[in-house]
Amino acid sequence: MELLSGGDMLVRALQDEGVDLIFGYPGGSALHIYDAIFRQKSIKHLLVRHEQGATHSADGYARATGKTGVVLVTSGPGATNAITGIATAYMDSIPMVVISGQVPSDKIGEDAFQETDMVGCSRPIVKHSFLVKNAEEIPEIVKKAFYIASTGRPGPVVIDVPKDITNPVDRFPYQYPDKLRMRSYTPAGKGHTGQIRKAVALLLSAKRPVIYAGGGVVQGDAADLLTELAQRLNYPVTNTLMGLGAYPGTDKRFLGMLGMHGTFEANTAMHHADVIFAVGARFDDRVTNTPSKFCPGAKVIHIDVDPASISKTITADVPIVGTVQSVLTEMLEMLKASKEMPDQSAIVDWWRQIDDWRERHGLYTAPRYRTDGDMIMPQEVISAVHQITKGDAYVTSDVGQHQMFAAQYYLFDKPRRWINSGGLGTMGFGLPAALGVKAAYPDAEVVCVTGEGSIQMCIQELSTATQYNLPVKILCLNNQALGMVKQWQEMQYEGRLSNSVYEDSLPDFIKLAEAYGHLGMKIEHRDELHGKLEEAFAIKDRTVFIDVYVDPAEHVYPMQVMPTGSMRDMWLSKTERT
Amino acid sequence: MRRIISVLMENEPGALSRVVGLFSQRGYNIESLTVAPTEDATLSRLTLTTIGDDHKIEKITKNLNKLIDVVKLVDLTEGSHIERELLLVKVRATGAQRDEVKRSVDIFRGQIVDVTSNMYTVQVSGTSEKLDAFLQALGEHTIMEVVRSGVSGIARGEKILSI
Ligand SMILES: Cc1cc2nc3c(=O)[nH]c(=O)nc-3n(C[C@H](O)[C@H](O)[C@H](O)COP(=O)(O)OP(=O)(O)OC[C@H]3O[C@@H](n4cnc5c(N)ncnc54)[C@H](O)[C@@H]3O)c2cc1C
Ligand SMILES: Cc1ncc(C[n+]2csc(CCOP(=O)(O)OP(=O)(O)O)c2C)c(N)n1
Ligand SMILES: [Mg+2]
Repeated sequence: MELLSGGDMLVRALQDEGVDLIFGYPGGSALHIYDAIFRQKSIKHLLVRHEQGATHSADGYARATGKTGVVLVTSGPGATNAITGIATAYMDSIPMVVISGQVPSDKIGEDAFQETDMVGCSRPIVKHSFLVKNAEEIPEIVKKAFYIASTGRPGPVVIDVPKDITNPVDRFPYQYPDKLRMRSYTPAGKGHTGQIRKAVALLLSAKRPVIYAGGGVVQGDAADLLTELAQRLNYPVTNTLMGLGAYPGTDKRFLGMLGMHGTFEANTAMHHADVIFAVGARFDDRVTNTPSKFCPGAKVIHIDVDPASISKTITADVPIVGTVQSVLTEMLEMLKASKEMPDQSAIVDWWRQIDDWRERHGLYTAPRYRTDGDMIMPQEVISAVHQITKGDAYVTSDVGQHQMFAAQYYLFDKPRRWINSGGLGTMGFGLPAALGVKAAYPDAEVVCVTGEGSIQMCIQELSTATQYNLPVKILCLNNQALGMVKQWQEMQYEGRLSNSVYEDSLPDFIKLAEAYGHLGMKIEHRDELHGKLEEAFAIKDRTVFIDVYVDPAEHVYPMQVMPTGSMRDMWLSKTERT
Repeated sequence: MRRIISVLMENEPGALSRVVGLFSQRGYNIESLTVAPTEDATLSRLTLTTIGDDHKIEKITKNLNKLIDVVKLVDLTEGSHIERELLLVKVRATGAQRDEVKRSVDIFRGQIVDVTSNMYTVQVSGTSEKLDAFLQALGEHTIMEVVRSGVSGIARGEKILSI
């Protein structure tokens, strides 16, 4: 057997795992590993400018490709800088392996230079973690880490590696295990056939069904199956923020997003539904509004690979633990074999009702924002970009109003195209995530929709884009405020804008982009919007920072009435309530 | 309702902190906790008592099961089971008190395991309820120090928790 040092073993194990890209940042405790990376060819390492950027880039890479994102950081500040990105991946169930250097084993616990208890710090925000005790364990730990991160409900796994373990002198026999046995970890696979049969019967008996699909359908690669099932039954579909793209956004059966900023038609249909078919969605509080008022007349079917997601906030009448892929496959087989059909006249009536809701307040039957003045409306910027990119771009986002406008107006027809931080809501996610996507798909159009607030949280990654020539579009919906915060202050605090505005301190983003070697473009007037956007998107080989001055007074609507409303209680504009 | 949850988990460093962390992270409370290796040195057995309604307990068991180190678990209170806790208590025992304390110890089938001229150290085992009753019977004025082991439990009959 081959003899390798711990550092070489680690890198070799990553190679054997099929890793081709790592995002990271070096430092003392990780230097043996960095040297091992230097001495090989097959894995490319992208040097970010902040460890948070590394985690978000790996996260964007994972969301776009379905592969596990890999991060390498040093101990202490390197590790703690990665925490926000690990938490972001954890909340959205994204497969990620984070390797952190650690001080030498014999120094652990002595408050050594750059020592932090990474396993302890990250414990509540990882699926699992390992502290390597001997170099011989490395192959098996790496194998386990990738297996745990990518199976079941995916999530981040930390491997903390003390420096002495990777030293170049001591060598050990290396063999990558081809099989794993883990008696304490058996992720769910197939669902219970009896439960699936019950679900099919309940679905077929529905008179007012809604399919409520989430991030599990995207992550579980089941968008095609879900689409086939919905079209076969002719049932309406709504997606969570994480599920956008799980069902084609431009199909007539799509009701739009549901939840806090969901469409009137999606939220109202949910409220009146008699059967809700939840697929890979977790009844988040930004969806259900007040749980006790949630969809009073509905029976709930819930597919989830994680039993802890089922009946957590909303009780499921037909719970099914399994992967969306296998359960939907089995359901489709049963539906095809069944002679029963849905009650056609009930479904026709239901659609008539939904179309009526769409006519009244739907987001896509008429513009629900001002279309006269000279001010650019954020919604129309997204629609224009949708048109120019033919709805086929990878769109990453930061957090705030711009994120909601992107979710509402960029109608995603494919899964893995919409990449945003939903569960943690991490400002700063958008740009590094976009670079991760671009690194995976160099020929793809990648757009980061951001705000002038969020972009400043990871702006340093503009330099990473320069170094590795990762040309992306940065579309900044510049409303000169922490818009989402300001909206809440205007709605709930009588307009007292406590610390949500910057008093003329914003940088000149055009000059800033240019300083990093990119192009900048400012769009201030409505009549130049389309022309300039076309111009910007025609540029393929440079990163372009498009700074669009949008109406600072605009709010995101609909917005559910909180904290005591039901799903259908919404503000539809500043003055109109359901 | 009070529940006794018994967990078999990998005898790995960090496993215990993951279990304890889960409880604080998700706002569940732990009344007592005991842990020790089993006859199979690669496994530990952890017993904890907590209080909650069915929904809460379901969440607790689901989330415990999600921990990678947890191999198997059972809510012992769901079936008939044996529950034991060990109590060590130092009580003041001078003059007439010495006989009085000894009588209480006998009634509760405890043992005096150490003696000084002023003090008895008493050992009692049984359900937590019985230990509470014993402490009550002693009366507060005589109690100098109390140590309780936390609850251990095992199912009655042929049911076993193993892999
Ligand atoms: C400013 C802001 C506003 C927001 N507003 C909204 C809003 O209006 N509407 C909205 O929906 N969200 C909104 N969110 C996001 C919200 O916080 C949640 O992140 C989101 O609703 C969760 O989506 P999900 O239910 O699809 O679950 P995810 O977090 O995507 O979880 C996926 C679920 O699927 C399961 N799963 C994963 N893989 C599989 C598989 N292979 N098979 C089966 N199951 C699987 C997982 O166990 C999990 O339970 C907002 C966030 C922010 C930051
Ligand atoms: C790291 C972080 N800090 C604070 C918040 C709270 N927050 C949510 S949206 C928002 C404002 C975002 O401003 P901007 O990026 O300009 O977007 P806009 O809402 O104006 O479109 C803030 C501060 C957050 N989500 N993330
Ligand atoms: Mg803003």
